[in-house]
Amino acid sequence: MKRERIRKSILTGFFIVICIIYLMPVFTVLMNSFKTNSSINTDTFAFPTAETFTGTDNYVNGINVGEYPFIKSALYSLLITVSSAALILVCTSMSAWYISRVNSLFARIVYYLCVFSMVVPFQMVMFTLAKTANTLHLDTPYTIPIIYLGFGAGLAVFMFAGFLKGIPLEIEEAAAIDGCGPIRTFFLIVFPMLKPVLISVGVLEIMWIWNDYLLPYLVLDRTKYKTIPIHIQYLQGSYGHVDLGAVMALIVISIAPIVVFYLSAQKYIIKGVVEGAVKG
Amino acid sequence: MKRRTQSSGSALSGKLIRRPIQRMFPIFLLPTVAAFCIGFIYPFFKGVYLSFCKFTTTSNAKWIGIGNYIKAFSDASFMHAFKFTALVAVVSLLVINLLAFAVAYALTRGIKGSNTFRTVFFMPNLIGGIVLGYIWSMIYGGILSRYGTSIVLNTAYGYWGLIILMAWQQIGYMMIIYIAGLQAVPGDLIEAAKIDGANGWHVLRHITIPTIMPAITICTFLTLTNSFKLFDQNLVLNGGQPFVFMADGTVIRSTEMLALNIYNTFYLNANSRGIGQAKAVLFFVLVATIALIQFTATRRKEMQQ
Repeated sequence: MKRERIRKSILTGFFIVICIIYLMPVFTVLMNSFKTNSSINTDTFAFPTAETFTGTDNYVNGINVGEYPFIKSALYSLLITVSSAALILVCTSMSAWYISRVNSLFARIVYYLCVFSMVVPFQMVMFTLAKTANTLHLDTPYTIPIIYLGFGAGLAVFMFAGFLKGIPLEIEEAAAIDGCGPIRTFFLIVFPMLKPVLISVGVLEIMWIWNDYLLPYLVLDRTKYKTIPIHIQYLQGSYGHVDLGAVMALIVISIAPIVVFYLSAQKYIIKGVVEGAVKG
Repeated sequence: MKRRTQSSGSALSGKLIRRPIQRMFPIFLLPTVAAFCIGFIYPFFKGVYLSFCKFTTTSNAKWIGIGNYIKAFSDASFMHAFKFTALVAVVSLLVINLLAFAVAYALTRGIKGSNTFRTVFFMPNLIGGIVLGYIWSMIYGGILSRYGTSIVLNTAYGYWGLIILMAWQQIGYMMIIYIAGLQAVPGDLIEAAKIDGANGWHVLRHITIPTIMPAITICTFLTLTNSFKLFDQNLVLNGGQPFVFMADGTVIRSTEMLALNIYNTFYLNANSRGIGQAKAVLFFVLVATIALIQFTATRRKEMQQ
């Protein structure tokens, strides 16, 4: 028993070391966001010293560098992520309910097309999708949620429909007997029962859209609208002299909300992110 | 889904549930279907059609038959990208799954701090591909600049750079799936085997691994498709560099994976868009085939149980 306990302590110690190494990349970015440009290149892994420490200069530069203000990109990212995720949750849960309760031929075709869409890689549709979005003027942050709803509907419908199969019909029948129409039945009775899937799908969509690069890059009118990943990619790509410190600062700013989100709702996030893949 | 309606297919529930909902079609189903047509159905079929055309934009397409496919197959850079991607996929599959399983196994032994370790290992998963690429290009830059070289100068560095990046990103994810599998392994079965004189290896080989086979299948296919679809990280980390210029004028971007190759075919040269679309269709067929194999594999497992 004692030997077992010692073994476990050694294993804990081992994992503490591994975790520190594992966090090293993120920590290095944080450290470098407070260093001068030249020292980021030459002494990437050194702590800031009296000469290389720049205080918050990199953050100030990062936010102001380039002709496109970072705050605008950040707000567009937030707007697109929140509105798209909300739209997907409401529309696809309603559709999944329709599909699983009506079960007509048309509903079944829609369902199988949704399942099919899950195995189609984005490159397959990227060119035509971008052109379609352009033609229909869906290339602004206010209208791109429709594109996200369209391309992301498959997985969401699939997950909602899977969950709805397990909900007994009697509850909805009772509501209908009491005079509830479909809209009230759905929003007052079915929707609250979907809570666990709503969280899973919500987390999945939020992580996807917040981090997505290629879809908004191709769809949005980039002279007017950028998201955080596009903004960071532009900084690196379009200026001859790259302000590395500023890039590091922006990376810290863009990861920080994710880390806070993660630490505050870890249980749901892990469950949501994993469930999507395991079922899909 | 079929079974559900049969069991509830009484006239009562049809009247109470099905028909009223069906009348609400424009509210419940139409918005999603409309968006789905714009965001998926139309682009998909238009994409398939365009792969048989010569075009620079969607409105000037001219039907040319399978010419694009022939060109795609004879494109050395596409073939190289396929080989490179397959090589990344196989090695990262082994690395990620072995490490993820080892970590999951150790973290289900009831050691102190398991939950914190899990949190740490999973965290990189939430960082987007672009940012991830920049983080690692800084790290590799910091290491390689000491030796006077860089990740964009050497194919092998680019290759291992991608593998390490992917391992860092995905180990935590696969670990979670393996942990869920390992927690389902019956404890009394292991207990009984130990009393019968089985050692740790025997238990792992004959009880643990067979029970978590579904988790192994899922993780194997997930890592495989993740590698095939990898784009953002590839774009940022090395963008396919170093480039090799062939005698006939073609450029082999030596660390370019399939998704990036397709993207470059589309957007580096507007005249090769037809070929790009043909490559995209082939890419879709490849990814869909992997998914189909996975589906049948898991189905068969379920039948056996």
